[in-house]
Parts: sequence; structure tokens; C-alpha cells
Amino acid sequence: MRSDLDIIKNWVKPGSRVLDLGCGDGELLHCLTQEKKIRGYGLEIDHDNITCCIAKGVNVIEKNIDDGLASIKDNSFDTVIMTQALQVMSRPELIVDEMLRIGKECIVTFPNFGHWRARGYLAFRGKMPVSKFLPYTWYNTPNIHFCTFKDFERLCVDRNIYIDERTVVDNEHKDHWWIRLWPNMLGEIAIYRITR
Amino acid sequence: MPECIPEDSVGIVQPRLVHFDQPLELSCGRTLDSYDLMVETYGELNADGSNAVLICHALSGHHHVAGYHSMDDKKPGWWDSAVGPGKPIDTNKFFVVGLNNLGGCHGSTGPNTTNPDTGKPFGPDFPIVTVEDWVESQRRLADNLGIQQWAAIVGGSLGGMQALQWSIKFPQRLRHCMVIASAPKLSAQNIAFNEVARQAISRDPQFYAGHYYENNEVPKTGLMLARMLGHITYLSADGMREKFGRDLKEGKIGFDFTPQFEVESYLRYQGERFSGEFDANTYLLMTKALDYYDPAEKFGDDLAAALSNASCQFMLVSFTTDWRFAPDRSREIVDALVEAEKQVSYAEIDAPQGHDAFLIPIPRYMEVFRAYMQRVEADTPALAAKGGR
Repeated sequence: MRSDLDIIKNWVKPGSRVLDLGCGDGELLHCLTQEKKIRGYGLEIDHDNITCCIAKGVNVIEKNIDDGLASIKDNSFDTVIMTQALQVMSRPELIVDEMLRIGKECIVTFPNFGHWRARGYLAFRGKMPVSKFLPYTWYNTPNIHFCTFKDFERLCVDRNIYIDERTVVDNEHKDHWWIRLWPNMLGEIAIYRITR
Repeated sequence: MPECIPEDSVGIVQPRLVHFDQPLELSCGRTLDSYDLMVETYGELNADGSNAVLICHALSGHHHVAGYHSMDDKKPGWWDSAVGPGKPIDTNKFFVVGLNNLGGCHGSTGPNTTNPDTGKPFGPDFPIVTVEDWVESQRRLADNLGIQQWAAIVGGSLGGMQALQWSIKFPQRLRHCMVIASAPKLSAQNIAFNEVARQAISRDPQFYAGHYYENNEVPKTGLMLARMLGHITYLSADGMREKFGRDLKEGKIGFDFTPQFEVESYLRYQGERFSGEFDANTYLLMTKALDYYDPAEKFGDDLAAALSNASCQFMLVSFTTDWRFAPDRSREIVDALVEAEKQVSYAEIDAPQGHDAFLIPIPRYMEVFRAYMQRVEADTPALAAKGGR
């Protein structure tokens, strides 16, 4: 289990109704169903991931999240989760609004573009950062809306979104004292719990 | 004709007629005092009767789902691509039941069978049957076969509506419901196409108001037109372009009204073949059953409310170029199931074949089908204990 999923798992209440946007191979939902008895659905567009979910008994609905979530009613989920997918959305701010409309609370994780390595890459090489963690070049990357933790938190302020909890970790999803000291420079992934 | 039976075929199979004596009250208010259903089964029913899969057929389908009736058969059953040893619905594991619905023309009681009250074919006097009536008759068939709970009920198109109806009417009697290329009800456009088909048949001079059997005639032209029209709606614009384009049979146009484009002769061939083997009264009945199905109607058009009693798990599949039952129609069902807090998965298969795609072994479709049937297997304790084969 990816350790960011481990952190998220602890934030989800037992027996709750969960929607996972971009659920991948269904690992998180499978684990939440087994351990927390949640009732959930995942939305996904990748064919192999969808087959994986079906085979392991995870409810998966083929849907492009960029097309919107209008068919889902207000407040119909306890928790709406989106892990590492905000940066591939064509309108991240609208998706966050939609998540908060259909869920009582939301959990969002994304890579921090303000991390020192990304800053250093651009500053010293003068090129868009490419790393093991973000292996794409600028023209073929699915990650079209990078942001930093500060950017995201600014968005939350502008749109009246409360940040109930935040954990910042390195790329192995581990927490360190120095990350807490200077998260936007030293943290690689943030996990936010937000409500409105 | 199969020179030898392929290894993944159920082989030579034989249908049988199952008789029912308990009167069946129909939605239209009339009653069938007794009736027969033509049934075909594959695989073995296990000791606790937990491995049964029901296949519901679409407009022109029947009980002969897979395998061959004899070595002289040109083609196997209509869903041979999905049913057989090692196929998505694996007959090594599941006991598969196919039937011809009431009102059909392949052996079950219908317009072309003898009305015991008159000694003549029912013809147009056969009552209009609905999806609800079919599901009730299928429930009695399950009782007859000793199946308390189906491992899965699977259907495409009109068959998908029957599967859906089972989940609503008899929630405890199925664990999984697979609804493929279907819709929760017909649109005005769907009904319009059906009406043109019905007009083509009933206005054929050989129709004799449905009493053509007595005149030893068949409204072939009407049936052919109905089928040609239907066939266009089963294909997609892209699929037709790919298959026929503007190809000419003779390489040049002839300035007359004989069929010159490949697509013309294809449609004529399909229509003619169909008109030789299908019953016109049955065609009328089947299109009516389609038109009438609307499970949400009694619930103030709230499909989620209609599905609120369902307790099985659902798998929905649609095909991108299907415009008869477009992906949006499947999504309506998915959305309602999510709203009703039911277990549901949904896959939208990229396929150029239109509505017909549900009968074609498209690789991704078969992959999804197989994965879902693995889940059905895992939920069938007697099969899961064996660890599969």
C-alpha cells in the first residue's frame, strides 16, 4: 500500500460513503472496504485500471472527471478523495468546487511544484523539471496544472474553503521535522482535508 | 457448418420444452392458462444450485445461445462468443440457462403456436407480453430448475431490461446483474423506429391482420423492411463507412433501381434472410415489450426509487458508437444506482460496431466481461472453494 494512501485511510470514517476520483487500480477503495467497511465508488478512465478494479470487486465507473460530476447529487458522499490527480485536471478549481458540493468533506493530494528540487532544476538548468517522481517532459506531460502548497492554500482562501488538516511528506510519503519547518520548500506531497 | 467442434464450444446441444400449468396473469390483464418455454442449458448445475447464470435475449434472440444443434449448422448460437468452456461465461464453472421468451417464435408459446382454445395458431390474438411478464415466467423457470438464486443474470439490449427488472422484482433471487448496451426505457426516437417497423409489417398485404398462417402466407416484405430498418439502427455511421463505404457491386453505377451499392445488397440480404426465419407477429410483440418497459414510471419517474429494493451487484457496459442505446442511456442507470447506493461498475467500450457490438467479441469488452465473471465466481462460495479451474 502506498503510504500516502495509508495516511488517507486514517482520515476516513468507518462505514462512510466514499467517492475516489481517479481511483487507479482500486487499491485505496479495496483497503477501505476491507478495513473500514466503507461503501464506495471509484471513477477512472484508464482501461487496465478499470479491469483491475472490476476483478478485485471494487465498484468502478468509467468516467472522465474533466467532463464534470453534474450527475451526482449534492452532499451524497461523506468523503470525496482525489489522490495525485488535481494537476491533470483541465479546471482544477472547478473540480475542487464539485468535490465540495457532492461530498461533506474532501481529501486532496498533489505533488508540490515548490519543492527545492523543482525550484533548483528550473533556476539552475533553466528547463522544466523532470525527475524520477515527475518523469514527463513539458510537451507530453499529463500534469498540466502544477501548483505549490502555497498556491493551493491561496485557492482555498479565495474560494472560502477550510483546510481542516494538512500533512506534508517526502516522496516516500514520510513525515520529517524539517518538512514541518519549511513545507513548501522541503515537502514533496501534501495531503489536505478540506470542507466548505 | 463446423467441420469439427471448436474446443471452446459447448458442442452439440439440444433444447427442451418446459411446460407450465400454473396460469400466468399478464400485465395486459389477460391470463395464459398454461404455456411452454423452450430452454437450452450448458454446463452442470452444482449441488446447492448456486452456479446458475440466466441469459436474457434481445429482440430477435432465443434459447439457442451457444453451441450447435447439429454438425450441419452453419453458425453456432447467437452468443457463442461469450458462452463456452474458458469463455467469459465459463460453462466449466457455470450452469448457463437460455430460453425463448413468451411470445417468441422459436418454440415457446407465442403467436405461431397452437391456441388450445381454438386449435389454430394464436396469431394476433396472442396477448401483448411485457418485460415484467417475461421476468415472472423466468422466475417460474428458475423454480422449475431448482435455482433459488442466480449467480448472475446477463442480458444485452432488451435482454438487459429483463436483467434490470429481475433486480427490481426479485431482489433476493440474483447476486449479480449484468446489463449490456441497454436503457432504462425507450426514447421517443426508439419508439418511432419501432413504429415504422410495425407499420411495414402490418401494412404488408400478406399480413392479413396477423392471420397469415391460415392463408399459408408470410408478410415477407414487411418483415424484411422492418429488419432492414432495424439493422441500420444496430450499426453505426462509422461502422457502415468502414464496412461498405460507397463500394459498388459491379464497380459502376447502373442508372436503374437495382441494388448497386454494397450496403443496399447487404441490407436486402439481411432482411430477406430474417423474413424467412422470424415470425411477424412475434416481431410486433417484441417491439411493444420494448416500448412499454419503464420501471421508473410507477415511482414518479424516479429510477433510483425504482431500484431502491435491488440488492444484487451491477455491471453496466455500453459501446461508444451505439446510438440505439447510447452510452448516455447506460449512464442513466449507473447514476440511478449510485444515487440508490447500490454496488455498480460501468465500462464504456470504444467500438465502431454500434449497438451490434454487444454480440461481438471485442477484446476490451471480453476482458471486462471476464473480470466481472471472476467476481461472480468469487461470490459463488461453491466455486470459490474449488479455487476455479
